[in-house]
Amino acid sequence: MQLTDRAEEILEKIWVETMERKKVPDTVLLLDDPAFSELTKGGYILLGSKKILTNKGEEEGKQCVRRHRLAERLLSDVFQIKGANVHEAGCKLEHALKRGLEDRICTLLGHPRTCPHGTPIPPGKCCGKGARELKSLIAPLSDLKKGQKGKIAYIQTTDRSMLRKIMAMGALPGSNVKLIERFPSYVFEVGESQFAVDRGAAAKIHVWV
Amino acid sequence: MKIDRIKYDDPVEFSLEIAVDRIENMLEGDYRLSKRAVGLLLLQEDEDILGIVREKEPGKINEIVEIVEEVKKHYSHPLDYVITMRRQEEARRISSLVEENTGGGKFSLREWLSRITMNPLTGIPILFAALYWGLYKFVGELGAGVVVDFLEEAVFERYVSAFFISLADSAIPWPVLRDLFVGEYGVITLGIRYALALILPIVTMFFLVFSVIEDSGYLPRLAMLIDRVFKKIGLSGRAVIPMVLGLGCATMATMVTRTLPTKRERVISTMLLALAVPCSAQLGVIVGLLGGRRGAVLVWAGVIGFVFLFIGYLTAKVLPGERPTFYMEVPPLRFPNISNVLIKTFARVKWYLKEILPVFILASVMIWLGKLTGLFEAVIRALEVPTRLMGLPRESAHVFLFGFFRRDYGAAGLYDLAREGVLTGVQLVVACIALTLFLPCVAQFLVNIKERGWKTAIAISAFVLVFSFTVAAAVNYALLFLGVSL
Repeated sequence: MQLTDRAEEILEKIWVETMERKKVPDTVLLLDDPAFSELTKGGYILLGSKKILTNKGEEEGKQCVRRHRLAERLLSDVFQIKGANVHEAGCKLEHALKRGLEDRICTLLGHPRTCPHGTPIPPGKCCGKGARELKSLIAPLSDLKKGQKGKIAYIQTTDRSMLRKIMAMGALPGSNVKLIERFPSYVFEVGESQFAVDRGAAAKIHVWV
Repeated sequence: MKIDRIKYDDPVEFSLEIAVDRIENMLEGDYRLSKRAVGLLLLQEDEDILGIVREKEPGKINEIVEIVEEVKKHYSHPLDYVITMRRQEEARRISSLVEENTGGGKFSLREWLSRITMNPLTGIPILFAALYWGLYKFVGELGAGVVVDFLEEAVFERYVSAFFISLADSAIPWPVLRDLFVGEYGVITLGIRYALALILPIVTMFFLVFSVIEDSGYLPRLAMLIDRVFKKIGLSGRAVIPMVLGLGCATMATMVTRTLPTKRERVISTMLLALAVPCSAQLGVIVGLLGGRRGAVLVWAGVIGFVFLFIGYLTAKVLPGERPTFYMEVPPLRFPNISNVLIKTFARVKWYLKEILPVFILASVMIWLGKLTGLFEAVIRALEVPTRLMGLPRESAHVFLFGFFRRDYGAAGLYDLAREGVLTGVQLVVACIALTLFLPCVAQFLVNIKERGWKTAIAISAFVLVFSFTVAAAVNYALLFLGVSL
């Protein structure tokens, strides 16, 4: 049975509270909400239990969070939507991403690990082994072949100093890049300059292939 | 064409533009930058400017920090990233107005050369060729061999020393004082002779090679080739610059370690420079000593290379810290401008001379004083213990004493000893290994203190002292045990 959007929102909040923040969520205000009883009837939530979430609820909640954060990545990196709009639009878009569509987007984006705000995206089936075998439209620079060209899509890092280094090289979204050498270090061309970086840095630069 | 100032009015409730406006109006001090620039730097959380503003606007700094924090909430990316992106966008717009990419662009010889220096299959042989011709042939054989022989024998011994010896004989009636200037360890016959006739030509030739390599743009390519190896010893490819410079003068190189981004990298490279990177004067003398004995050169290079990697690996294990990130611009290869190369070489040689001449003269005076007081003999006797352990003749003890002052000074002493023919092949290799690993010279020790602090500098020296003799003694026993003659 498909959950309503409202029920998914609630499940998502409870999942973030319990699984990430390790707190006990306050559900008193939600008791009268029909979406809440939808969750209890569906066997996603067990009131009075220590965890609140059932195993089924935990799994579904994880998928909701994953869809929400992937939606945010898509909006901010591909559509260049900024600021608070990302969160709002993400909330709407996530409900449209179902039945494997989220894995396609995850693949398209090159299996990002964090949302634009830096919180982790729970990995899906597509992110495991062999993820690279699927043809991504966006891939980390470190996965490009020697001589391959692309356009930078986004920089994936929550490490400020790494971000600064990449910015200092001018490897910014929208710039064209070409991989010149991949061993022993990665050498790429961006603008009129060439830079040598290690694998760690090259893997942070995600490129439209 | 009019260039407007870049606006940061993104479609968020509290945009950077509003924030920078507000901060601009709050600032009262004089910053020599426009207030807008200061505001933007504050929004980018620039530490330096934050410190200055904290000083100049003590009453307002809290409110400013609050504004910055508030704006951050409205953006999904770090603000410095947003600002850089906006600037990039503007730069692209401006350049698109005046620039047209006609495509094509021939694959030039320059680009081809650049590629083969970075491809490991061709790049590593090129690296070895550069080391062999640049260091071994040019600095070692030509510099330390031909040029030094000429300056030492044809110029110094025949004219300069001879002149001063006869001058001293006639002008100074007291033998003790005469010894100070022209004795066995005299200021002129030893200190100045070592500095000018032995060390100066070698160092000059090294700096010449280094300036050519530096100006050709080869160093970043070297860094890129070696990064993976350097990661294993806790450094990044960037550290090749101080390391290669260390082959010229480890003191200068230790100062250059400042350019490394983390404290951990600076400590590791200081350690390796003190222990296992021979400076050009040492290298030159060692090449001169071991030249012609291919096996001896290989044993020496093998042991030093192993110590470099092994100690680097251990130091990296012991020191906590993050793995460094390697990133470096690779400039186009250029033909070095000769006058630039000469000016740089001259400046470095001048610095070097200013650095070593006083130390050499001081060393001669100290040795003279030491001989007068008997301290010299006492230290030599103490040094004879490790000397014996390394299987070296007792005369070589004074080489290590000289080494305290400068490693090249010690190496030069070894040179004299070898010419007298008192050392066998194995002894030569062992002495060269001990001296290469041996204590950093006084100048480098002082720089170590200045750059790394007392504790680290003394810890490094103590370790190096024990370690160098241990390794040399071990090599001696291994070679004797295996019955190798070199």
